Amino acid sequence: MSDVAQKEDVEYWRWQEYHRVFSNKKWKNKDIITAGVDVGSVGSKAAIMIDGEVYSWGVMRTGSNSPESAKKALDWAMEGTGLRLNDLKYIVGTGYGRVNVPMANKAITEIACHAKGANYIWGPSVRTVLDVGGQDIKAIRCDETGRVTSFLMNDKCAAGTGRGMEVFADLLKIPIEDIGKVSLSVEEEPPPVSCTCVAFAKTEAVGLLRKGWSKEKVLAAYTRAMAVRMSNLISRVGLEREFVITGGQSKNIGIVTRIETILGVKCLPTPNWRENGLDPMVAGAIGAALFAKALYEKEQKQ
Amino acid sequence: MITAGVDLGTQSVKVVILKDGSVVGRGKAFSGFDPAKAAEQAMDEALMTANLSLSDLSHVTATGASMALAPKADSTVSMMGADAKAGIFLFPKARTIIDIGAEEARAVKCDDRGVMVEFVVNERCAAGAGAFIEAMARALEVKLEEMGPLSLKAERASPINASCVIFGESDVVTLIHRQESKPEIARAVFDAMADRISSMVHRLGVNPDVVLLGGVAKDVGFVASLKRKLGIDILIPEFPEFAGALGAALTAASKAERSQK
Repeated sequence: MSDVAQKEDVEYWRWQEYHRVFSNKKWKNKDIITAGVDVGSVGSKAAIMIDGEVYSWGVMRTGSNSPESAKKALDWAMEGTGLRLNDLKYIVGTGYGRVNVPMANKAITEIACHAKGANYIWGPSVRTVLDVGGQDIKAIRCDETGRVTSFLMNDKCAAGTGRGMEVFADLLKIPIEDIGKVSLSVEEEPPPVSCTCVAFAKTEAVGLLRKGWSKEKVLAAYTRAMAVRMSNLISRVGLEREFVITGGQSKNIGIVTRIETILGVKCLPTPNWRENGLDPMVAGAIGAALFAKALYEKEQKQ
Repeated sequence: MITAGVDLGTQSVKVVILKDGSVVGRGKAFSGFDPAKAAEQAMDEALMTANLSLSDLSHVTATGASMALAPKADSTVSMMGADAKAGIFLFPKARTIIDIGAEEARAVKCDDRGVMVEFVVNERCAAGAGAFIEAMARALEVKLEEMGPLSLKAERASPINASCVIFGESDVVTLIHRQESKPEIARAVFDAMADRISSMVHRLGVNPDVVLLGGVAKDVGFVASLKRKLGIDILIPEFPEFAGALGAALTAASKAERSQK
């Protein structure tokens, strides 16, 4: 009984917070040390760059207080580096809570930052970026410098967003970090669920489970429907290779694989971010830190 | 002549018994996972209040999302058709009939003869239906039936995301953290939903009289917000949640009459 009660308490949606320092490069006071702070609706990311190269970052969940979350994420990125706020020459805030980054010198939209960050992570061949965030999905087109040429976004509906996935992980009691893998474990891909509304999906999923569907099959049907939605957004903005996915859902292999199948195009492979720091989830913060460097240099010239 | 209408909704099944043009019995049961069984329960209750038995019914018509599961139905009628029938029966001058249930909202436009000419439906999204208010009441830790009276105490509304139940929930939690008052948050929930319904209705044009049917019509908070938003008075029958079943019972009566001829 107590075992069951304990299981009920598990928060399946709760993803791991993490931070990394790539200290093979030592910072000096004369370096251009800049930071990007991306306060999303679900996750807050901070990246620190030295002379335009990733040095450290921190990723944590956004609390109910955006300025506090921004500060915490940046503190975490600086942890163990010896850096203090004063050492940062320029800070750019981005994301849904970008106006609530108190230490930022400037705020820039996350659309520009994700394109810039994707250009840094994968190089100048990137032309289409799908950024799947906590509460919106953006399909972005950019040029070889990472400058945005057009974009489309869905910010009115939780279907397919990170938040929607969290709700589903909780509902099916599958840890959020495993849902991609689990969704791919079905022998045959079921048809997508007919209704993508996350609020209704709760009822629909329970109905399917009662009909005898396995958790994996329900998850596959839902993930498929989400991938169809995202693929439609990409098609509407116009898909041009190379194509990449940023944001939290870039780590959902179930989504990535299905989008590739639906669009018939492979994404550029996710870099080994644990080794080189090029984390697609931090793309927005990396882009912001790059803008910070450019803005700082411009300021120095004046 | 005695007929019955069975409305198998996503949340509850409603039955209305009609005898020579007046309602003589009503029954209601939660749909749960077995709408057919719920329909039988609601039928039993309605027959009991009417002091009748199943064999007294000359025709039974089903409507609602699960109408295909209705036991012992002689025919079915679309939800829009049932709305139009009931709206005109209750308010002969009705030209715009809005029906908001737990998981769906519809608006039907009728011509001068009370015939349906056009309709719009919001389905597949919980933000424009009763489920939205329910979810927000849960987030606010207020009983569903208290939401309406609570919202009427507010002097202004705090803005929330009305386009999605999932985001609306987080917005409500943020407002609670910011220590906004519960009446103001409740008012925001109704204003937000009224916005959505209003834009849906505007696609048909707002022609008086405007009638509101369905379970959500019982919510004084929502009704106040919708009236403000549409800037027009709204007519609401005494038992709005039974309107679909009434429309089906009226359809059953015309079918029975036709077959007698």
